[in-house]
This record gives sequence, structure tokens and C-alpha cells, in this order.
Amino acid sequence: MALLEVKDLKTSFFTAAGEVKAVNGVSFSLDRHKVLGIVGESGSGKSVTAYSIMQILDANGRIVGGSIKLDGQELVGAGEKVMKTVRGNKISIIFQDPMTSLNPTYTIGHQLIEAITLHTDRDKKQAWDRAVELLKLVNVNEPEKRMKQYPFELSGGMRQRVMIAMALSCEPDILIADEPTTALDVTIQAGILELMKSLQDQLGMAIIMITHDLGVVAQLCDEIIVMYAGSICERGTAEDIFYDPHHSYTKGLLKSIPTVDMDDKKLEPITGTPIDLLNMPKGCPFAPRCDDAMHICINQTCDYVQINEHHYSACWMNVKEMMEEQKGGASNE
Amino acid sequence: MSEERETILRVEHLKEYFDISTGFFSSKPLKAVDDVSFEIKKGETLGLVGESGCGKTTVGRTILHLYQPTGGKVFFEGKEVKTKEDLLELRRKATMVFQDPYSSLNPRMTVSDIIGEPLDIHKMYKDKKERQERILELMGHVGLNSEHAARYAHEFSGGQRQRIGIARALALNPSFIVCDEPVSALDVSIQAQVINMFDELQDKLGLTYLFIAHDLLVVKHISDRIAVMYLGKMVELAGADEIYHHPLHPYTKSLISAVPVPDPKIARANKRIALSGDIPSPLNAPSGCPFRTRCQYATEKCAESMPEFKEVASGHFVACHRTEEING
Ligand SMILES: Nc1ncnc2c1ncn2[C@@H]1O[C@H](COP(=O)(O)OP(=O)(O)OP(=O)(O)O)[C@@H](O)[C@H]1O
Ligand SMILES: Nc1ncnc2c1ncn2[C@@H]1O[C@H](COP(=O)(O)OP(=O)(O)O)[C@@H](O)[C@H]1O
Ligand code: SF4
Ligand SMILES: [Mg+2]
Ligand SMILES: [Mg+2]
Repeated sequence: MALLEVKDLKTSFFTAAGEVKAVNGVSFSLDRHKVLGIVGESGSGKSVTAYSIMQILDANGRIVGGSIKLDGQELVGAGEKVMKTVRGNKISIIFQDPMTSLNPTYTIGHQLIEAITLHTDRDKKQAWDRAVELLKLVNVNEPEKRMKQYPFELSGGMRQRVMIAMALSCEPDILIADEPTTALDVTIQAGILELMKSLQDQLGMAIIMITHDLGVVAQLCDEIIVMYAGSICERGTAEDIFYDPHHSYTKGLLKSIPTVDMDDKKLEPITGTPIDLLNMPKGCPFAPRCDDAMHICINQTCDYVQINEHHYSACWMNVKEMMEEQKGGASNE
Repeated sequence: MSEERETILRVEHLKEYFDISTGFFSSKPLKAVDDVSFEIKKGETLGLVGESGCGKTTVGRTILHLYQPTGGKVFFEGKEVKTKEDLLELRRKATMVFQDPYSSLNPRMTVSDIIGEPLDIHKMYKDKKERQERILELMGHVGLNSEHAARYAHEFSGGQRQRIGIARALALNPSFIVCDEPVSALDVSIQAQVINMFDELQDKLGLTYLFIAHDLLVVKHISDRIAVMYLGKMVELAGADEIYHHPLHPYTKSLISAVPVPDPKIARANKRIALSGDIPSPLNAPSGCPFRTRCQYATEKCAESMPEFKEVASGHFVACHRTEEING
């Protein structure tokens, strides 16, 4: 059984302008010891997917359909009492800006100890030792000194390490990282990513890594989900997505970023403007910007086509190619 | 890059110090840019990279004299910028595009007024009709539709706002543009549109860019040459491919090894050269080489004197006492 099983998740925000279907039928599963990457442009529903799993949505947001099973236990509709034990015990989340989750008026030590005593049955003294141990684990130098410092006294990279230590304080099964390095310089980002990878090896937890940076997922992730306008267009292993992309959006995304040895080759941007969730097309959400769009793409959503064991894509082009292959195969016989 | 291209901008020993108060009566200079020299050829793109706070923006602003240089000289089109007249001329021919397409445009102005404002200030037209024609021409350059002219900036997406900002920067027919993180706030798919537009405008209008960004692959893609800064100093400068594949300075090596490459095989095989410690505060920059507190090769000499920014191979400049030993 998968550790986390998300099926046909739908989350909406109810606004004055109407219902915003931020997550619109997302399914995936996550096994222990795996790193799952979620990529996609701004507003595609990456964070809302994560916040739905944690059930920490804004007041106007609600899960309107689907199922989220953690170790077989249904979380949708399970109620706040269950979710309290899930959050901070089984699943932890770290955000892009550590200052939003660290309290500026308390010392690092105070906050770590509070998190530890809340989630484990250690007493104050044991919690102090554990806090120092966690700071060491995330490579914060002079941990005893840091315990007495306030968040503003630390650099951005160090604060993010403290956040990770905090998230690990409950020994979670799943760590969700929502753009944890986006605000950091590359050299510091590289250190944090390496840290996450090594912690994952040591502690055996699963990680969901949310980012818009394809370089970050390439480095860290076993499996990748590509989101567009609240849906998953393609999912597969890192190799599937980078070396054998099938969905037109994934292909477009990969052609629009500079790579190491492209030299004077021009980037091929995705044309048009990002999706407006209040004005969704009837068919494939990407159809209005897709160079390959056919008549059917505009009118009808496409089911997932299985490319190989772990590789799925929801693109009419794949259906077309498959039918052509079958036809070709048939006429050859 | 051909050898015979003329130099459009030359910077010699540029310094920009900010006074930071450290008490009621005392202050200390923050050396945001400290003794930086380089030149840019006409029609070329020079990329400028380095960690946040290392002085990239300050270099750009000081060249344009948006900050009065604390020291050093700026030569624009062969002439040192000294008098008020020189400055006016510089302001007309050299301009800046900013990072944040959200806050750098007045949301209550129409697109046509945002783009027209520099034309108004410098009285660049005979009549209303000519003004309007010029605005539409500029909008055409950046791929904006003429129907957009009467709409307000806040109605546009990030990529479109960045186009508006660029059209405005082009209004006075500049020959040189400082692009300060112009695509950093944009989604990748939109980033590519804007990067290509910078490319096309350069070909069409013969523009020269100083292109500041922290995404090294973007900078490598767009630049002919790349300069690397650390703590207010320029530590290396070379051709874009050269610096990416054969970095000589220990800091550049580490920076490039940290680039997240969007290719799983390359990314997983990559051996990062980790840096110890944090970047020092520019208020307390180390003596000698600014990088020495984090450099695995540092010796006593590195604490004693700042290494010279020296051309070690044709067009490849580096400021390190131990270039030869390290790269032996
Ligand atoms: N409280 C809210 N009220 C209304 N709409 C919301 C709310 N929160 C999120 N949304 C909408 O839900 C959609 C998905 O948002 P989400 O934050 O998941 O995007 P994302 O993929 O994480 O983007 P980014 O890369 O910018 O973080 C967006 O269209 C967003 O505007
Ligand atoms: N107007 C200013 N007053 C005081 N300090 C400044 C000012 N502008 C920049 N600095 C300081 O100068 C250094 C370089 O800044 P900046 O050029 O903005 O860096 P970058 O663009 O490389 O991130 C930083 O330490 C910054 O805090
Ligand atoms: S001068 Fe010395 S400290 Fe500076 S980069 Fe070279 S070896 Fe390292
Ligand atoms: Mg988000
Ligand atoms: Mg800057």
C-alpha cells in the first residue's frame, strides 16, 4: 500500500467572482523513501494541492471532491481532531519564506523546544538536547549558540535550515517542501537541497518537493508531476519527464528553458498568456496555448494515456499517435 | 564576438560606498562596489552574476549615475562622463529595465502614458500625432497590441508588464540598457518570451546590454561574456562558454557547480564544490581577497593583499593570487 494515495482531488475557492477550481481532479500516490516533485507555472495549483493534503486552506477554500488516504486512513472529511495528529506528527510542511513560520519574538531554541514537546513525549531537558541534535543534523554551525538567537539574527539559508529542523522535530513520514529554496542564492540552495536528500536517506521519509524550477526537480526527484491549471497533465519518473515527455505542455516547458549546451539555439517559448481559472476551456486546459491543438482538444478533456508502467499523459496528441501506431501495425501484418 | 567592435562603455576603478551610521556621530562606509573595471563592446551583452547583495544592482545604477560614483571613471561612447551635459546625454542614451514588473510601473497610468512619459520629459515629438505614432511603434517592438494602449498597467500579467517597462526604456532610442533581473519574477514559459524579445531587439536596434540575473543558465544563454562579482569586487570575467566550462576563480567554480541543471543524469552526476560558512557582511569585508574566508586555497598572502584583476588568457580576467597553482 502506498503511504499517500490521492484520488481525484478537487479543491475550490469560493470568491465574489465565482468558484475558482484551483485543483481539479488530481490523482497520485507516494511511496516511502521517495521524492516526488510537483512542477508547473504560477497558479497551476501546486501549493493548493499541498495545503489540501494538510487541510490548511484559506477560509474560502474547500475540498469539494476526491479522497486523500494516508496509510490507508481517509483524511477527507476526517475532521480537525484527526488532522491535528496528522499535521506535525505524520506530515510536515516547510514554506518558501521561513519568516512566515518562525516567530520573530522568540528564540530559535524556544520554538524548537515547543515543537518537540508538543509532538513527542520528551520533557524540557530532553527537548533541548533533541533541538541541538536537530540543528546539528541540518548542519547549523554552533547549535548551542543558535538556540539562544532570534530568527532575524540568522542568514536566509540558516533560517531555512532551522525550518527544516522544526519540520523534522516530529519525525514525520512525509515532508512537504513548498518552494523551500526559491528565495535563496544558488550556492545556498544547493546546500539545502543536498541536506534534504541526505536527511531523506538517513530518516527514510518521503518528500513532496514543490517548485517551478526544473533544475531542482531534475536533481532531487524520483518521480515528477507536471501541473497545469489545476490538473496533472503528465506524471512519470524524472527520466520519463525529461527524456521522453509526452504532453504538449511538458514538451513546451522543456523547450522554453535554457540548458547547458544549447549555445545559440533560440528558446521556444510557450505562446499566449497563463490560464484564467475563472474562464476555463471546455476541453484540455492547455488547448488555448497549444501549438498542436486539434478540434477535439478544445471540446473534450483527454483521459490519461499510459505510456509505460509509471508514465501517464493526458494529451490528445498521444491518443492520436497511439491510434496511428496501431493502424500502422495492423496494415503491416 | 568580433575583435574590431568598438567599446561603448568603459569603467575604470569604479567605487560606490554608502555611509552607514553606526552610532550618533559615527558612520562606516559600506563598500557596495569596490574598484571594479571592465568594458562593454557595442552590440554585446555582458552578463553580471553573483550572490544577492554582492553589488550587481549598484554597479548598474552607478554606471548610469543614478548614484554618484564614490570613485573611478565611466567612459560612455569614448567620452568620460564629467559635466552636466555629459550626464544628460548619458541619461538619454543609457537606461535601465527593472526586476519587478509589478511595482516598477504606476498602476494608475495607461500603457500609452507610461511609455510616453520619457518622450514628454525630453520633448521628443512635434505634435500629438507624432507622439502617438512613436508610442505605437514602441509597443510594436515589444509585441504589445495597439488596443492595449488605453488600458491600465494593473490589468496586465507579469510578462506583459515587463514588455511595457521595456517599451518605456526604449522610448528615447537608447544604445545601452542595464537589465536588472528583468526575467527573474516571471514564470519560465513567459521568461522565454521576454528573453527572445531582448535578443530580437538587440539585433533590430543594435542595443548593448548589461544583463544582471541570478539564474546562471539564463545569463549564459543571453550573454556573450559573463562577469562574476563577490562582495563588491569583480573576481572573474570571460566569454560565456569559457566561464561556464573553464572557470578559474575558486568562487566561480563553486557557483557554477551549484547550478541546478535541468537534466537528471547531469544533475545527479554533478559534484558540487561546497562553500563553508556564510558570505561576510560588506561592512566587515575581509582584508585582501574578499573570498579568502571561504576559500579552500587561501594562504597568508590572500589576507595581505587584494589580488590584481588580471588577464590570464586572451579575454579571460581573474582576481586570485593562486590562479596558476589551482588550475595548474
Ligand atoms: N484564498 C484563495 N482565494 C481564491 N483563489 C485562490 C486562493 N488561494 C489560491 N487561489 C487560486 O488557486 C489557484 C492555484 O494556486 P496555488 O497557490 O496552488 O498555485 P501554485 O501552483 O502554488 O503557484 P505558485 O507557483 O505561484 O506558488 C490560483 O489560481 C490561485 O489564484
Ligand atoms: N542605497 C543604499 N544604501 C545603503 N546600502 C546599500 C544601498 N544600495 C545597496 N546597498 C548595499 O550595497 C550592497 C550591494 O547591493 P546591491 O548592489 O543591491 O546587490 P545585488 O544587486 O548584487 O543584490 C548590499 O550590501 C546592499 O545592502
Ligand atoms: S586570492 Fe587566495 S583566497 Fe582569494 S580566491 Fe585566490 S586563493 Fe582563494
Ligand atoms: Mg505556490
Ligand atoms: Mg539587485
